Amino acid sequence: MAAIYIDGKAYEVTPGKNLLETCLTLGFNLPYFCWHPAMGSVGACRQCAIKLFKDEQDTNGRLVMSCMESVRDNMYLSVNDPIAKAFRSQVIEWLMTNHPHDCAVCDEGGSCHLQDMTVMTGHTYRRFQYKKRTYKNQYLGPFINHEMNRCIQCYRCVRFYKDYAGGKDLDVFAAHDHVYFGRAQDGILENEFSGNLAEVCPTGVFTDKTLKEHYTRKWDMTMAPSICQHCSLGCNIIAGERYGELRQITNRFNGEVNGYFICDRGRFGYEFVNSINRIQQPLIRSKIPDATDKQSLYNHLTETLSNNKVIGIGSPRASLESNFALMQLVGKENFYQGISENEAQLMRTVLSTVNSGHIHTPTLKETESADAVLILGEDLTNSAPRLALALRQAVQKKPFENAQQINIPSWHDAALREFAQQEKGALFIAYPTQTKLDEIASDSRYISPDDIARLGFAIANYLNNTAPALGDMDDDTLTLARHIADILKKAERPLIICGTSLCSEAILKAASNIAFALGTEDKKASLCFVVPECNSMGLAMMQAPSLNRAAEVLKKGEADTVIIVENDLYRRGAKKDIDSFFNHCKQLIVLDHLHNDTTNQANVLIPVGTFAEADGTIVNNEGRAQCFFQVFMPKNENLRESWRWLDEFRQFKNGVSREDLTTPDDLMAEMVELMPQFKGAETVAPPADFRIAGQKIPREPHRYSGRTAMLANINVSEPKPPEDPDSALSYTMEGYKGMPPAPLIPFYWAPGWNSVQSLNKYQAEVGGPLHGGDPGKRLFPENAVTENAFLNNISPAFKPSPGEWLLVPLPHIFGSEELSIYTPGIAQRSPRPYIAINKHDAANLNISENDIMQMQIKDQYYYDLPAKINDELPNGLAGIPFNIPGLGGIDWPATGILTKAAI
Amino acid sequence: MISILRTIGLTFLHMFRKRETIQYPEEKVVLHPRWRGRIVLTRDPDMGERCVGCYLCAAACPVDCISLQATEDENGRRYPEFFRINFSRCIFCGYCEEACPTYAIQLIPDFEMAEYDRQNLVYEKEDLLINSEGKYPGYNYYKVAGLAAGIKAKGEGDNEEPPVDIHSLLP
Ligand code: SF4
Ligand code: SF4
Ligand code: SF4
Ligand code: SF4
Ligand code: FES
Repeated sequence: MAAIYIDGKAYEVTPGKNLLETCLTLGFNLPYFCWHPAMGSVGACRQCAIKLFKDEQDTNGRLVMSCMESVRDNMYLSVNDPIAKAFRSQVIEWLMTNHPHDCAVCDEGGSCHLQDMTVMTGHTYRRFQYKKRTYKNQYLGPFINHEMNRCIQCYRCVRFYKDYAGGKDLDVFAAHDHVYFGRAQDGILENEFSGNLAEVCPTGVFTDKTLKEHYTRKWDMTMAPSICQHCSLGCNIIAGERYGELRQITNRFNGEVNGYFICDRGRFGYEFVNSINRIQQPLIRSKIPDATDKQSLYNHLTETLSNNKVIGIGSPRASLESNFALMQLVGKENFYQGISENEAQLMRTVLSTVNSGHIHTPTLKETESADAVLILGEDLTNSAPRLALALRQAVQKKPFENAQQINIPSWHDAALREFAQQEKGALFIAYPTQTKLDEIASDSRYISPDDIARLGFAIANYLNNTAPALGDMDDDTLTLARHIADILKKAERPLIICGTSLCSEAILKAASNIAFALGTEDKKASLCFVVPECNSMGLAMMQAPSLNRAAEVLKKGEADTVIIVENDLYRRGAKKDIDSFFNHCKQLIVLDHLHNDTTNQANVLIPVGTFAEADGTIVNNEGRAQCFFQVFMPKNENLRESWRWLDEFRQFKNGVSREDLTTPDDLMAEMVELMPQFKGAETVAPPADFRIAGQKIPREPHRYSGRTAMLANINVSEPKPPEDPDSALSYTMEGYKGMPPAPLIPFYWAPGWNSVQSLNKYQAEVGGPLHGGDPGKRLFPENAVTENAFLNNISPAFKPSPGEWLLVPLPHIFGSEELSIYTPGIAQRSPRPYIAINKHDAANLNISENDIMQMQIKDQYYYDLPAKINDELPNGLAGIPFNIPGLGGIDWPATGILTKAAI
Repeated sequence: MISILRTIGLTFLHMFRKRETIQYPEEKVVLHPRWRGRIVLTRDPDMGERCVGCYLCAAACPVDCISLQATEDENGRRYPEFFRINFSRCIFCGYCEEACPTYAIQLIPDFEMAEYDRQNLVYEKEDLLINSEGKYPGYNYYKVAGLAAGIKAKGEGDNEEPPVDIHSLLP
């Protein structure tokens, strides 16, 4: 601890930070632009000036940039010194000489850091009478809008885009007073994290283009804490609504998960909520007309549920509550996971490893500080994007630590990067084809899934010779394995990453073996699993049998009615198998929010709420249970949570009376009681009856406008605002105005701080955890619970078999995920169907780029796909974009016969 | 006693004064131009809609009786898709006019808005928009803003330099 004196008052602070961070943590309103808590300082904007004194006697002092000074013991400084204040206000005045008169038409307005800082420094009237500099704007693609006149040259955008996220196509051009931040030419911003520019840029240069389509000021949105539904990492988000439409997703800080940034799929993939493809009304397809009201639906279901043999199919994209409510309705023995046997088996392997207690499951934050990383069989940028961003920080860790040895402070971004130059920490990737992270990797190998696993087993065996060995190891693999093993062994914080993308159990086992071999009882090795969907982990923890088992039961006639909750089965297996599944059910009851191939087959179709219209809990890849809260009450009262419908259906079957219907809190408590593996999940967020000073937490900012006019066109007497009995949040602007508990933060705002930068006030220490700890509860055991037993699943080295190709699913950040594809911009950036093959294979087949190839899977169906010649893919492998529109209905893993299509 | 007599006297004298009460509605009230009555949305000198849908009036309104939705035309010019004022709630405080950065929303000297049905006091954009610049003639927000929205090209607004050449460093 160091003692510093600010304006004559003594404070105890942590040394090693910079003064700006420290002052903000202490609650001072000190303006800044270029410093960013996750990106450190460069001292570019000169906004954070304070007075620093030599000692107690010094009365003159000198102006310094607080973001460029380390905290030391016995420092005397002044934030409110008149000269420092005048300096700060002059800096703003200079910035304003060129700033356009745009606030009224600027999407940043109302959540603008520049507005806040201008007000904070007290600059009000323009004295400068000369002309303003102007710029031309660029087209930057479907996600980000560019309005360059508003730039204040803080350099945050390029620092984030290039240095932090590894982007190549945004840069700074020209010089002195007319620097330009943009692309070399108009065009789509390629980086997968471009959306963060909207939050990183303190002005309205980069703004969210999807928000612009239905523009709403921050103060006018009804917002709730939520969880991203588009991959297994569970980034925390804030979702905002106005006029019954979901309008914006922004990052919600969680120090252990996503920190300050989310990926573009998470930020822009929300538009499925507003899709015209939403199911609006319950349908009973045997009736004419098929649209029906609640009462006839209930009558119909009473009959079906009490007479038929019913099974339930859960979903990895439905909440724990919804899956559990279905399980309670149909009975534990009749509940199935709704994923293929192969995927279920992969998830069982993952769970048995994490439950063994012999490995450490790292948080996303922890992956950022790994000093040696091995990725086995994952293209993280496409399968778990935020993790790829974390690894870009991890490879910087080692060089930055070296820099600290010559006393460069950890926040001094420019100096650190200058010191590190191109040096990178160790990162090894084994994947069938190129990935975006290859550019920062020490070594990448393009090998088949089996060979990836063999490499893994070889590393594990080298680390610990009791681990199973490859019988026939070639020298090449051996040398590489030894090299990687040595580096992992030497590393202080090694990290192994693998996942389910390649559908290979052997890879998971090989990775587990490495972690087992690497770890000791006191220092377990970090092993991070990437799993398919947002609640895959939660569903797997329910330990139900797979979809294939359900199909068998149906075929045997042991069941005739199926209830499917939020699951499009055509994404889960071969089309033929799913067709036959549906042919075997007498009644198909489907609950979902969007029409899809499965809902088309339903006899009874029930609309449900999306994540924005429902409360729920999901479990991410690290076993962290997290709650998302309903953002708004939909006008259409049919759009209810799946669990609410299913829970209500219990009265038709199990004779539960209406009064006994549960609240989400009770449902969760019941779940934990029945399945102790979920213990802790019920305590993720404060219960529904939680109050502060007798008040709920308002979802709306205190300046929410239009309450007496929004609905006045329908009826001039305002309706009573909807009530929320399910959570401690209210749908109005009335309620507790102070700091809400971390899991319940609906938006960031503090007096004088309207932009996202107000987050500073919500953190116990700037850049550190939120007050009261970061939200979410990790469910995996931390202590060893099983014998440390190496897993064995060694397959022979991959050999291409003539005439048959091993098909590998290639995930795409834009396109492979079911829901985000409804955002037009994401659909635009999704690849068209293709088949990637090696150039030797292409030459043998006499194929050139874009020729149409015919792919036949298991003598059943054909796909005609344009060829993409790929230099990296090993011979005998063909890459297919995973589950993009037009390429669903494949039962992975698959092999196929490729021929040149006859024209 | 004296004061009572004085009061009666004064009251009596008032009978001979000029009347303040007028025979409304036969006789019309003279209102000053800044009198705060019925709210209108005005147009700019080019007769384009002045309102840019910035939501500031809505935020300033103490009774929250303004609601609107901003949208854009093909040139990027912002305008309200709908604009609604619930006059049964309005207290004619004029905060909206004060907040408006474009002079679009103005309170005018007209109070004859009485309705038998309260629902009729809900005015939509069609009811609010007038074909006039109102009290502030000559102002066109887009001429002074940096945004190019079909009114002017970049660098052609009031007090603007021509756009920067970003290739100025090239030899
Ligand atoms: S564009 Fe934004 S982030 Fe980039 S320098 Fe300008 S103001 Fe800063
Ligand atoms: S990384 Fe995954 S969880 Fe995070 S924002 Fe992107 S899709 Fe959502
Ligand atoms: S005059 Fe006052 S009450 Fe009426 S709309 Fe304007 S701000 Fe609201
Ligand atoms: S303040 Fe003026 S420009 Fe802004 S929305 Fe209201 S009327 Fe339109
Ligand atoms: S924040 Fe310190 S100089 Fe920019």
